[in-house]
Amino acid sequence: MNGYITHHPILEFKRGKKVKFYFEDKELEGYEGMPIAAALHAAGIRVLRYSEKYHRPRGFFCAVGKCSSCLMEVDGRANVMVCMEPLKEGMQVRRQKGKGRLGV
Amino acid sequence: MFDICVIGGGPAGLNAGIVARELGASVLIIDDNPVLGGQLIKQTHKFFGSKDHYCGVRGIDIAKILSQKVEELGIEVLLNATVVGYYDDDSIGVLKNEELIPIKAKCYIFATGASENMLAFENSDLPGVYGAGAVQTMMNVYGVIPGKRALVVGSGNIGLIVPYQLLQAGVEVAAIIEILPRVGGYYVHAAKIKRAGVPILLRHTIIEARGKECVESAVITEVDDQFECIKGKEKIIECDMILIAVGLSPLCELLYQAGCEIRYIPELGGNVPYYNEDLQTSRPHIFVCGDLASVEEASTAMLEGKIAGARAYEYLYGKNDRAEEIVSTAKQELKTIRMSPFEQRIVEGHRKLFGRERQA
Repeated sequence: MNGYITHHPILEFKRGKKVKFYFEDKELEGYEGMPIAAALHAAGIRVLRYSEKYHRPRGFFCAVGKCSSCLMEVDGRANVMVCMEPLKEGMQVRRQKGKGRLGV
Repeated sequence: MFDICVIGGGPAGLNAGIVARELGASVLIIDDNPVLGGQLIKQTHKFFGSKDHYCGVRGIDIAKILSQKVEELGIEVLLNATVVGYYDDDSIGVLKNEELIPIKAKCYIFATGASENMLAFENSDLPGVYGAGAVQTMMNVYGVIPGKRALVVGSGNIGLIVPYQLLQAGVEVAAIIEILPRVGGYYVHAAKIKRAGVPILLRHTIIEARGKECVESAVITEVDDQFECIKGKEKIIECDMILIAVGLSPLCELLYQAGCEIRYIPELGGNVPYYNEDLQTSRPHIFVCGDLASVEEASTAMLEGKIAGARAYEYLYGKNDRAEEIVSTAKQELKTIRMSPFEQRIVEGHRKLFGRERQA
């Protein structure tokens, strides 16, 4: 949990309760309610999916739900915009390959 | 049915909703974020201008002041809700909790803002190439350390403010590069960042991002007067983040759907809805304000919001002295702000927009 700002001259961060979630079956920790992408980034994970045609790594670009660069599979659901989707206890998050799968 | 539905709870939308409610309209504000405030919620810098424009107040605190007003006035708010469509019967489809809710209002104020522009260069799709605003969100809203060392592309106000915030969060900033021969944003921001020791390289652009899975470095180069890269002037910058701060484009998709006339006016940010001086679009019951109308500043967005809110009220209930007063004060203040040399682009854009007759 060292990807978080602990001291800031102006801001204080109100974070939710600590929760466990899974990224590619690996257990990680984050704070409830923060976007999944933020929790992954804090855990050092920047590659969120691989593009459809050339399988190039992609991360988030806009982080405000406008660019669709951060689509991942969350709890078996494809194309979840993880820069906006709030983190919940036990979530299963996977890198999406191509267009993703619908269902499991 | 609500009198007025405001789409977007940023500085423009909130002011529009507040003014309309104060005048007596029933108002619903819809926003796709979990909190109101739009981009204000990540702006740690203090605002300029007069006291009426929250001079000396940080953006994050303006967001709180406006949200509180919304609550006091009993304005209905729908958060975590995205407007996904505009329909033939002038209703909108709102997606919330995976449910599509139809909502209809007598009048709409669109304050949907803008999205960050992308820049084409080799490997610009690598993770670690971020919109500057994205880094600001991660860092200032969620307290996530965005990276170790950043290169910033573009020296408009966002390109000058965000690197300063990176320094505050303990992140190194390698440089800010700007393709023009001059800094784009306010000099006070540029002076602050220079004092902090960050170089601003003018006549420079990025030509490549390097890295296997994520950004590991960037190749920049100097350009000539025609913006052509000068051979032999390439430099490698070690960085794990490249922040793109090269402007914003208005989010007007819903207005295309609504059948509003759209015009291409580069000075205002690209494709923008046509609107008159009262921020009314070609469809009389639809008003616009903020970055959707012209990519500008939060201060001007707030003033435009007031005009749109007051005029939307008058559209429904007829001429009103109080509304007239709000509009004329806001217009006067906008005029003062837009006398600044930084605002001449917007003035020119408006000349194009208002200058010729509306096409049928």
